[in-house]
This record gives sequence, C-alpha cells and structure tokens, in this order.
Amino acid sequence: MSPPSASDVPSTRSQRHRSSGRYSALRLLREALTGHRGWRPAWRKAEPRKEYQVVIVGGGGHGLATAYYLANHFGITDVAVLEKGPIGLGNVGRNTTIIRSTYYRPENIRFYDFSLGLWEGLEQELNFNAMVSQRGVVYTWHNDGQRDHMIRRANDMRLAGADCVELDRAALKKLIPPIALDSGRFPVLGAFMQPRGGTVRHDAVAWGYARGASEAGVDIIEHCEVTGLRQAGGRVTGVETTRGFIGAGTVCLAVAGHSSHLAGMADIRLPIETHALQAFVSESIKPFLDVVLMFGAGHFYISQSDKGGMVFGGAIDAHNTYAQRGTQWIAQEVAAEGVALLPDLARLRILRQWSGVMDMTMDGSPIISKLPLEGLVMNGGWCYGGFKAIPAGGYTTAHLIARGVSHPLTAHMDLARFAEGRTVDEIGTGPFPWAH
Amino acid sequence: MLRIDCPHCGTRDEVEFRYRGDAGVRRPAAAADTAAFVAYVYERTNPRGWHHEWWYHAAGCRQFLQVWRHTVTHEIHAVGTVAAVLTPPPGAATP
Repeated sequence: MSPPSASDVPSTRSQRHRSSGRYSALRLLREALTGHRGWRPAWRKAEPRKEYQVVIVGGGGHGLATAYYLANHFGITDVAVLEKGPIGLGNVGRNTTIIRSTYYRPENIRFYDFSLGLWEGLEQELNFNAMVSQRGVVYTWHNDGQRDHMIRRANDMRLAGADCVELDRAALKKLIPPIALDSGRFPVLGAFMQPRGGTVRHDAVAWGYARGASEAGVDIIEHCEVTGLRQAGGRVTGVETTRGFIGAGTVCLAVAGHSSHLAGMADIRLPIETHALQAFVSESIKPFLDVVLMFGAGHFYISQSDKGGMVFGGAIDAHNTYAQRGTQWIAQEVAAEGVALLPDLARLRILRQWSGVMDMTMDGSPIISKLPLEGLVMNGGWCYGGFKAIPAGGYTTAHLIARGVSHPLTAHMDLARFAEGRTVDEIGTGPFPWAH
Repeated sequence: MLRIDCPHCGTRDEVEFRYRGDAGVRRPAAAADTAAFVAYVYERTNPRGWHHEWWYHAAGCRQFLQVWRHTVTHEIHAVGTVAAVLTPPPGAATP
C-alpha cells in the first residue's frame, strides 16, 4: 500500500490534540494513586497538510528546537517538522551528551555560552526533566606549549563571559582520584575546568522540545523522508517527500550529517564533508567519575551516566562516510587513550558502540545561514559541537527564519564567510575537514 | 576496517593509509575568477554514494593512490596509482 499523499489527509488542526498536561511532583503523586491512567502522549503524531509557512527538514535536536522557538518565542506556529525515521534516533540520540562552552574562537565561545545559559533554564522552559547536570568539564594539559594554549583559551573564555578555573596536579588528583598523573609518555601537568559544563539526558532533549513544539501547534511528522526540493521563480516552494508534496514558504534544512545531500537537491554545493564519529558505553559500575574529563594528549572524552556506564568517545573516522557505524582501529585508539588517562578502565568491558555521521566543515565552525535559493535556510555543519548547541542553534535559526536576518550571535556562521575570506578557524586545520 | 588493494604492495589494512580527500577536485586556471577558486578550496560534492578519493599509503609504498569507494556500503570499486585512468563505477556522479 502506498503511503497517503498530503491531499488525501484531512487537516489535523481540526482534530484538537489533548494536551499532555503539566508535569509536576503533585501530578506524579496523583497518577501514582490512580493507576497511572491519566498520562497522555507527549506529542501528537501529525499527518502532513498540503502547505505550511515553515517546513523544517530533520526532526533531530536542532530541527525540533527551531520549531519550538519559532512557535513559542517568534509567533510562527504554522510549522511542520519532517523526520525520515522516528524522533530521537538520529544524532540527537548518538552523542556523548556533553555541554560546555570551552571553544577557541571568541565568537564561538559567546554562541556556546548562550547555549549553556539556555541549558541551565531548559527544564523550567520545557517543563520536562532533561537531567541537566552541571558537573564540570575538565581538560588536562601535558606540556608547556599546551599549557600556554589552554591558559590563553581559558582567558578568552573569561573575556567572553564564560567561567573557567585552572587546576594544578594536586587539585586535579583530589577532584579525580582515579586519574593517572604520571602514566609514562604523557604525564599530566595541570588542567582547566569549566564548572558550568556537564551532561544532559540526550533523549529527553528531543522529547522535551517535541512536546513543547507540538503543544504550540507544530506538526511533527515522522517517517516522512524528503526526496526533492521544488522551486519556482528562483525560490523554494516546498518539498517532495515519501508522503507527497508539501508546500512551504520557508524550508529549513536541519539535517547535520546529510546537509550536502539535501542542499544537493537544489544543486547547492557546501563546504562540508560527512564523517562518522563513534561513541562507546561500558558496563555499569559504582560511582567512579563525577566530572566530564577530556584527555589533552589525544582526543578522548569521558563521563559516567546516571546508570553507571562510562560514556566515552574520541576522534572522527577520517574518511567520508554516511554509514552509521565505526571503524575498528579508531575504537582501539579511543580505548588506549582512555586507559592511559584512567588505567582502571582496562578492567571494564565495552557494552555498546555506535556512530553518527556529521557535517565536518572546512573551518571547523557551524553554518546557520540562508542558502543561495530564496526561502531556503540551513542549520548544520556542527562538526563535534551539535548536541551542546541545540538550544542556541534552535533559537538563532528560528530568529533567522522569523526575522530574515541572522541573530547577532550567529552572524559569523553565514555561508558567505568562505567566499569572503572570513572563515572562523576553530581548530586551525582547514580546509581539510577530516583533520579537525 | 577497510582493506585497500594497493597496486604496489598488495591488499593492506586501512591503518597503513592516510585519507587525503576528494580526488575529483581540480585547480582552476590562474585567470579563473574568485568563485572558481572558492569552489576549488572549499566546496565538495560529498556524495552519499560513490566517491573518488585520495589515500596516501603512509606505512607502505608512501605513494598517493586513487580509490573509488562507496560512502554508505564502504565497498571499494577500484584502486589505482595517480597516473591510472580508472573506470568510475556504474551510477557514480562524475563532474
């Protein structure tokens, strides 16, 4: 049976969704005493209508957050979010859940610190428990040059209004007892810490934004893959999908990992390559690490989940791929770095491993920009930084769609920066995306 | 783990190689306009499908190789030296 086309399906707007209601301790108590019969789905499963003011392609963190802020802060509720699979199974559920604003370029620090501020108020904003845990993010340094670079970065962060403290070896050992300060080749000389950094329950971010967007009238349409962009008279007029054509005044691509693929449907080439980034979870153990720890002598980051599993990751696989699986030698390298930093990890077994595909840009900074087709905008190019950017990415993309101009915090993220010689070299290794 | 059939050394594991990017990129003529150079330096097709790419055999013959590889299945269609003229796989987008 072929899926219904948009024209066969009546408007869902007339079939008013019953709100999931406010969540609270009192509600939980009431439901507990009445057999939990009062809970309703957190968001409504919408059928596509013929046309929307704004169609957002991609129901990941950024797509859902953009829809949420459009509907709740910018007054645009005629919005659809199209997701080719179910909500939450893309990159928003494939990351290592870290939030921080420890970036290098001041404009990126300011953007990510705005995001950190939104994370701090997210649960009140969404009335949803996203388990935001500001447990601190710690970066080790291992030689004098690296110390100078890290202190410079810490000072840049302070100048941009972010928080940062330096830790000597004694303080580091007190904070993280299992750390190996003198493990042969890369002794730890010191560290800096962002106390406001931490982790968030990633699935809850997708669910919370989906609920908030849906309650405000946004249609979230799952299993609806975009197969083409229709244009007329030099502007985009809608999207071809596996569930028929859907007209749109503005189309927003929020499909990091597949931005080149979608933009290619309008013959637009982007300064992006797609690479896989792996993540790992070990078996659950008792409390072992209560900060997020980054290994400065390699590329390794680790935290402990509330279930007790060690959640960690490393570098990208470093060849173009859209396959959501990782290569073995990177897994071995990540494990070796972990054991060098925290030798006790050697006794743990890795339970699960997975990978997500990411937009790696030519300068290591994201792209929130109009594209060279009227009515088409994108939110992508997130490199390693997509998850932690979700609230700010969504807010500023909604600003771009609603106001027609970039939010001041994302003015540097426009696509034209590459042609105009003002790339934002976050890592300083461009234009080689596999080297970031 | 990829296995790349080096024309000099035989079939070797991916760990011996370094990825060096899109092999379809061509430097424009010196008189070309800025847009052509921006496209050359920054813009990539980044296909979800067959990709023509450079690999450097760092721990082997230390030669650059061209490879046609699929970015979803990771299947390798052909490997050749820099000078070789490879037949693109069926369905590959060629510039």
